Amino acid sequence: MTYVRKTGYLCSEELANLPGVPSEERLSRGPVAVVECAQNIPCNPCEDACPRGAITVGEEITSLPSLAGDRCNGCGLCVARCPGLAIFTVHRDYTETTALVSFPWEYLPLPQQGERVPCVGRDGAYRCDGIVQRVMTGKALDATAVVSVEVPKEYCMEVRAIDRGRGIHGAR
Amino acid sequence: MNKAQIAVIGAGPAGLSAALEAARAGAQVTVIDENRKPGGQLFKQIHKFFGSRQHQAGTRGFAIGQGLLRDCEELGVSVQLGYPALGIFPDGRVVFNTAQGVRSLFAQRIILATGANENNLYFEGSDLPGVMTAGAAQTMINEHRVLPGQRVLMVGTGNVGLIISYQLLQAGAEVVALVEAAPQIGGYAVHASKLRRAGVPIYTSRTIHRAIGEKTVEGVELVALNEHFQPVPGTGEILCADTVCMAVGLSPMVELAALAGCQMTHIPALGGTIPLHDKNLCTTNPMVYVAGDIAGVEEASTAIEEGRLAGIAAARSLGLGDDGRQQAVQERLLALRSGEFGAKRQQAKEDILRTFKEAMA
Repeated sequence: MTYVRKTGYLCSEELANLPGVPSEERLSRGPVAVVECAQNIPCNPCEDACPRGAITVGEEITSLPSLAGDRCNGCGLCVARCPGLAIFTVHRDYTETTALVSFPWEYLPLPQQGERVPCVGRDGAYRCDGIVQRVMTGKALDATAVVSVEVPKEYCMEVRAIDRGRGIHGAR
Repeated sequence: MNKAQIAVIGAGPAGLSAALEAARAGAQVTVIDENRKPGGQLFKQIHKFFGSRQHQAGTRGFAIGQGLLRDCEELGVSVQLGYPALGIFPDGRVVFNTAQGVRSLFAQRIILATGANENNLYFEGSDLPGVMTAGAAQTMINEHRVLPGQRVLMVGTGNVGLIISYQLLQAGAEVVALVEAAPQIGGYAVHASKLRRAGVPIYTSRTIHRAIGEKTVEGVELVALNEHFQPVPGTGEILCADTVCMAVGLSPMVELAALAGCQMTHIPALGGTIPLHDKNLCTTNPMVYVAGDIAGVEEASTAIEEGRLAGIAAARSLGLGDDGRQQAVQERLLALRSGEFGAKRQQAKEDILRTFKEAMA
């Protein structure tokens, strides 16, 4: 049994083996998509989403998406298109000390640019505070916002969302 | 007397798709549905669908439903709502209830797209207000815009349980936990991951032991299960919750098929008792076709493709349309039934075809 089927989230060993996750070396070369898709489910909108042909699923639509790091420029068009909300972008060297992590977000109210927010990992646990740098919305995203938070660099492969509970009705 | 070349019972994704393809082939089609609104479960599906471009992947379920209704209108398909079908007679008469009394419709072919019922669990307190199926909660939040409660326990981690838990969060409820009797999560990891990121725990090898409360649910007691799915003594744990949702599988609604004399088979992997059918969804009664969850519980994208196949085939059997479209639909179905989740369903579907051939030999 895989870790993710037991817990609901991917562990670092599983992530390291995914064809959609960029290498350390690629992370050092600017913003890039991180496709955290680990099961052979019939789905391929990510492939169509990329104008640069950087994501390939192929003929078999249950194949795992693989990322061509050289073609990806981290634009993030794929982030809102993934029905599984499993694609993120990471700009590891956003500044000398911080990274920019972008993730899909489908809860209201939307976070505001400039807001200081508690950031969480794949397990939903608190990792660090971050600053919201951008909230992309619009018709093309079809109600899936793409939120970018600036976090300390060391958390760039850890932070995958913000805490839903920051003052949202009904949340913890 | 009411007449139609093809009568479709059920206006969900399978029924509407069947009606569309039959109408495209030139058949005169009438759809009846017991609900006041068409679309089956599609209009409650606010998430983006999986699949490929041909399956409208990335489109939210309700938008797919809007497209189907628009196409039905353009093609002049008659969709009659609020009419529960009561029975089918050997002469092709479909009998249904209306506000004006019982009416009937004579059809040369009948496509049953009745869908499935949600399964229930029975435990101490399962009759308390606040205990409901996951689909009921989804109807409340996405159709009626009413929260069933503030603190929800979801029982079951198939895609239904995972997706509706996420939608409950979006609607503003708290999901206190999901419990799964099996040792692993049933549905897609990507759906589970959305919940985990949102701080929702998922407990495997655990189930609900009882719901606690005087007049309504006030709490739940969970219990750990061993590898034989038996409760482990001393593992009881009480959580504060006001709602229990059950997402523990679906059973095909086969009553009308049984009335029409269709032979059945039992396939647990597809939800239980299912009318035998061939690759074009024709049952052992050559007048009757099935499509969607009645032909084996899967999901909306496969229901749409099965509906298309049944609609094309039913029209073909009346000498309408052509065979050209079937192959492409078969290929799309095969794609949806591949991979680690789909292969089991593909295998079960092949078992049905084989049993059908034996039954008809």
